[in-house]
Amino acid sequence: MTTSKNEILSKLRSQSVPKTELPDLQSIELSSQWVRYENPTEQFAEILASVGGQCIPVKNVDDVNQRLSELPAYQEAKNVCSQIAGCGQPNVSIPEITDPHDFENIDFAILPGKFGVAENGAVWISNAGGPARTLYFLSQHVALLVPASEIVNNMHQAYQKLEFAENGFGTFMSGPSKTADIEQSLVIGAHGARSLIVFLVEESF
Amino acid sequence: MPSHPKLAAEFVKNKERAHWHDQALWFVRSKRDKAAQQIPEWELLREQASKIKSYTVSHLPDLLEEFERNATARGVQVHWARNATEHNEIVHGLLKKHNVTRVVKSKSMLTEECHLNPYLERHGIEIIDTDLGERIVQMQHMPPSHIVMPAIHMKKEEIGELFHEQLGTEKGATDPQYLTEAARQHLRQKFIEAEAGITGVNFAIAETGGFVVCTNEGNADLGTSLNKLHIACMGIEKLIPRAGDLSVFLRLLARSATGQPITTYSSHFHGPAPGAEMHIVLLDNGRSEISGSDEFRRSLNCIRCAACMNTCPVYRRSGGYSYSNTVPGPIGSILGPAKDPKANSTLPFACSLCGSCTDVCPVKIDLHHQLLTWRKELRVKGLLPFSKRLSMKMMSWMMQAPGMYRFVGKMARSIVPYLPRFMLYNRLNDWGKQRELPIIPKQSFREWMKQNHDDK
Ligand code: SF4
Repeated sequence: MTTSKNEILSKLRSQSVPKTELPDLQSIELSSQWVRYENPTEQFAEILASVGGQCIPVKNVDDVNQRLSELPAYQEAKNVCSQIAGCGQPNVSIPEITDPHDFENIDFAILPGKFGVAENGAVWISNAGGPARTLYFLSQHVALLVPASEIVNNMHQAYQKLEFAENGFGTFMSGPSKTADIEQSLVIGAHGARSLIVFLVEESF
Repeated sequence: MPSHPKLAAEFVKNKERAHWHDQALWFVRSKRDKAAQQIPEWELLREQASKIKSYTVSHLPDLLEEFERNATARGVQVHWARNATEHNEIVHGLLKKHNVTRVVKSKSMLTEECHLNPYLERHGIEIIDTDLGERIVQMQHMPPSHIVMPAIHMKKEEIGELFHEQLGTEKGATDPQYLTEAARQHLRQKFIEAEAGITGVNFAIAETGGFVVCTNEGNADLGTSLNKLHIACMGIEKLIPRAGDLSVFLRLLARSATGQPITTYSSHFHGPAPGAEMHIVLLDNGRSEISGSDEFRRSLNCIRCAACMNTCPVYRRSGGYSYSNTVPGPIGSILGPAKDPKANSTLPFACSLCGSCTDVCPVKIDLHHQLLTWRKELRVKGLLPFSKRLSMKMMSWMMQAPGMYRFVGKMARSIVPYLPRFMLYNRLNDWGKQRELPIIPKQSFREWMKQNHDDK
């Protein structure tokens, strides 16, 4: 509907709106004031816990496996997916799935996260948007593996790391799905994951 | 449209509920304060947000074109709609083309503004709101009463009853955990069955051609990742110039809205998944009009966090429905009359000018100043509510006659304290509604001056 487009744009262009400046968010005056933490990892863990998630620092994938085996949600899981080699005991193979609906009954998914943000306990995840994207939201329980060295202080540092050239989809995920729409009572597990554990892994995986 | 005072009077009739509503929102406002206090550079952030939005509005046509170019390059199809009708036709056209009969939608005030649901339903399409609060009011065939917490006005007993009727939950069950679980099962089924997902847009990025949707429940993500058609609907003012600007807005949005450090999911969409389609509808619907107005342009900076309604003493006590506008509260009282001054002429008067909204607004909109400006505009347009017109006429007549002014004052001081209540607190006296009048001094200021200063 190009007439609509032209009409909207020409109406906007016909107005004399005083032009203002865009602030440079990376300038030193500003960036020197963005919050930083003495121990970003500790801050990350604390905030994640406050929004209903859990942060567990570990050495390597073996440690993750150990911790998973102690977890009731993992023990009880019938259908498990993993996108991390050697992590968990998956019984549903991700690459074989072409229709995201086939992930409907996934109880536990072990997935990669790129980095964490200390100020709000969020983990950045990103992918090309194939069926596997659904796993982050449709699975009953989610565990994310994030390199321990990849915790930034604040959102400004986070966006400096982000590029949108490659993947069509990315999200900051901060804790499990939740709602407070019934009389402001917080309920964990609205539509998405009922629990979220972030493993900060020291060795590369 | 019924006036605000009339609808508000209806709401406050139930004293207990009005008080409960007030407390519920004040609780959210307090959470906002705590969250803001945890960020030492909070004020600096607000300033940057305000600057970025002002820049956007002053460069809107260029940025919109930049957005369209970049989005198209990523395989997103961009549509333009002048008004609600065009918007709905575009959305319906896309659904029809794909033979879609079942749609899930994540919360979007824009589609509320366009009355998209009834439109699609008339065309035989099932459209399910998936945000829990929205789903609750949808089941009631009501619009949201708040832009972030759509069912904030409802008690759990009422929701329990509604779910019992429509979802078959146990009669009398009111536990939020239990009710939410029932909704989860019901809505998961809808997600699985849906053939398309509609979402709103919190921010669209000119520089990258992508957009961001924020939810706590994950409903936008489930609604768009399980099927092959994603339609995003946005007002043209939702644009921001650069991806990096999101760092400012995502820090402010959830903290201002609910006191959370960030929403659970802040999803960035940059193009369709392989084999899928992604569309974005850009809607004007009066926004370009507002951008031409020096007085009200700044209202386009709004990021719909709802902090201004949570803090507003009038909204808290009169409920969202008393505004009969898609967006209620202080910002709605500015946007409403901008769209239709006649239908919304009482809204700018639903304000005590306490300025609390201006204090909390994360993008520094001078809300209470704009509301005051609206009152003047409405007077110029001859749209003052009758009660205001009459009392202002009498006032101006009295002010022009100092003798009369003094006489009326004297009479009031000597008579009013002895009047029976029914003569003071009746429908002719708006000031006596829901409050006690101040104690009337024995002397006028003039008399007091005379006694204490003039002689000395
Ligand atoms: S006007 Fe300000 S406080 Fe109110 S909803 Fe918009 S951004 Fe939030």
